[in-house]
Amino acid sequence: MQIDILFITLMLLSSAAFFIGRQRASKIVQGQIQSLHSLPSFYGFFAAIWSGLPAILLLAAWVVFEPAIITNIVIANLPEHITSLGQSHVNLVVNDIHNLTLGNLTATEPSAEIIAAADQYKSLQATSHMLLTIFSLLLVFGFGLVSVRKIHPQLRARNVVEQVIKVFLFLCACIAILSTLGIVMSVLFESIRFFKMIPIDDFLFGLTWSPQTAMREDQVGSSGAFGAIPLFTGTLLISFIAMMVAVPVGLMSAIYLSEYASTKVRGIAKPLLEVLAGIPTVVYGFFAALTVAPLLRGAGISLGLDIASESALAAGLVMGIMIIPLVSSLSDDVINAVPQAMRDGAYGLGATKSETIRKVIFPAALPGIVGGILLAVSRALGETMIVVMAAGLAANLTANPLDAVTTVTVQIVTLLTGDQEFDSAKTLAAFALGLVLFVITLLLNVIALRVVRKYREQYE
Amino acid sequence: MNVEQETGQKEMELNPAQTKEAMDLQSKTPKVDRENRETVGDVRVDDPRMRCTDINVHYGDKHAIKGLNLDVGKKEILSMIGPSGCGKSTFLRCLNRMNDTIDSCRVTGTIEMDGVDINGKSIDVVPLRASVGMVFQKPNPFPKSIRENILFGPRIHGLATDKDDLEEIVVNSLKKAGLWDEVKDRLDQPGTGLSGGQQQRLCIARTIAVEPEIILMDEPCSALDPISTAAIEELMLELSESYSICIVTHSMQQAARVSNRTAYFHLGDLIEVGTTDQVFNAPLHQLTEDYITGRFG
Repeated sequence: MQIDILFITLMLLSSAAFFIGRQRASKIVQGQIQSLHSLPSFYGFFAAIWSGLPAILLLAAWVVFEPAIITNIVIANLPEHITSLGQSHVNLVVNDIHNLTLGNLTATEPSAEIIAAADQYKSLQATSHMLLTIFSLLLVFGFGLVSVRKIHPQLRARNVVEQVIKVFLFLCACIAILSTLGIVMSVLFESIRFFKMIPIDDFLFGLTWSPQTAMREDQVGSSGAFGAIPLFTGTLLISFIAMMVAVPVGLMSAIYLSEYASTKVRGIAKPLLEVLAGIPTVVYGFFAALTVAPLLRGAGISLGLDIASESALAAGLVMGIMIIPLVSSLSDDVINAVPQAMRDGAYGLGATKSETIRKVIFPAALPGIVGGILLAVSRALGETMIVVMAAGLAANLTANPLDAVTTVTVQIVTLLTGDQEFDSAKTLAAFALGLVLFVITLLLNVIALRVVRKYREQYE
Repeated sequence: MNVEQETGQKEMELNPAQTKEAMDLQSKTPKVDRENRETVGDVRVDDPRMRCTDINVHYGDKHAIKGLNLDVGKKEILSMIGPSGCGKSTFLRCLNRMNDTIDSCRVTGTIEMDGVDINGKSIDVVPLRASVGMVFQKPNPFPKSIRENILFGPRIHGLATDKDDLEEIVVNSLKKAGLWDEVKDRLDQPGTGLSGGQQQRLCIARTIAVEPEIILMDEPCSALDPISTAAIEELMLELSESYSICIVTHSMQQAARVSNRTAYFHLGDLIEVGTTDQVFNAPLHQLTEDYITGRFG
């Protein structure tokens, strides 16, 4: 039986066990549900889990290990003159066998041995699937029968089911954590490879960034320089400009919305503000590159300033606009979380609205606001699309917002787009940049979350 | 109404058993009928600090206070009792216009303070609230130091700028609130770190610091333990030597212990006003009697 059909069959059988278990539970007590330890549906789930879970686990294990085992058997049966050619040749042959079994074209015209091996592979696979079908059906029926038999009024079905659910939830949590760990590890290991080629202090403290390395031994020029300082200053410059826009505007709009606006205005303005958050960053990107940058350049010319058409200013301004809703909605939340009692206390002492906001609400909400701003900063540092489109590639080491700068994310994109070889310093540099950026944003997030948490404790 | 008979019962103590006895006695004297919602008793006093005339309060469609007349005398403690939702807190919040902060709330009628209408166009709410201070149900110190909590009011009203003057306000207010001995060594620690009773006395000290004429207290002891409650009640009696105090309370014992006059509210109507002795020992209205004897509420 096909694996997918088998899976569906197992699920159907397991659902059948649910109904059987539930029915049996209520039958045993002649409808007197209160004399059961758990509700009848728990007995149903109990039966379903017992009948389904072992078979599904078997199926999963089988699917994972079956190809490797069959391949090994096939290799062991290959004639001497093929296996003696070494591991890499055997791998090629195995590839051909796999292709043949799947009915794909092979690289070369297959020899008789390989065709025979492919046939063997197919037959082994068929046998294995048959065995799997038999075993899993046996498991379903066996465990299903046992579990249905086990149902009696004192059986603590609810506890068992809840335990299984707990394990399942734990596994889901593990997937999130493990995948994060996996990503970090892969970036880390590639970065270590990079740091074997380029010393880490050259990377962290070098002042020139020019990642073009020689493709061939005899190529001239392009020795490559991997000093990341210009990238980080560029990133910081753009993020700084963005925060200069986003923090005041976001914060003040939050104060207006939470303290001054009438319910009606708030009902309209808040969703409108949040529309900003829904605009794809690529749209912000071409808005920055095609509208804001030329506008700034034109304004610069009329003022006698030389503004690069890919200036940090344009990218930063637009990024700031993008971050406004983030700052404003986070600040709005913390301002609203300041208890009404604080406002009453201040008003009761004769404070005006602005005094109440400046002297009571804002200080009380400040830790939360700072946390929100730090989250916004890490968003700005990691933002890619706007800077790819608006900030350019020139790795200038400058603090002048009118110049063109580049950022870490832009360089990662350029290093990794197109055809790349994964053993050159140029490509691996992307991982090192990613690692440093990750560490910075991680630190910011940790600090932000701590600040926010500390704030939360204050009123509870 | 037979006044002689009621004054005869005046010395009666307020303990449950005796109240029951009193009730049996009283039930022989005719009471104002439950259906009658006209205020009984003297709503007016000579030389009032505040005089409220025909107050109506609406929250949206809800008529929370219906045609209320009441005076607050000088240097007296006026307690307001009544079942939840009867409008006593709402009335209290009218006295310093705290209801202004609630959008749907509408207040009509005149509230005069020393003869001036506090809802008048020329009246600014800021000095009004400085002279009519308010203490809330839940202690609400600002998340600042004890000193800064006290100085919040004086600073915003510019009562003092000199450092020594400010310090004097801190010391005096805390002393008046009976908190000085407990906190004098930790004025720079956060006010939120004090115990509930201390926090409430800090809030009272904060209110005193702006030198109000009237202090409004909205169930100031409902979140406190009996010892803190006793401390605050004692404090109220001391403060009443210089201020008028209006207190909303759910504890009839508290009302009986501290107040000079008592007002009983019922579903937005002011039912009965009188001296505390008279209201508790010889209520004139059947609803008041029902409430204080525990038959209702």
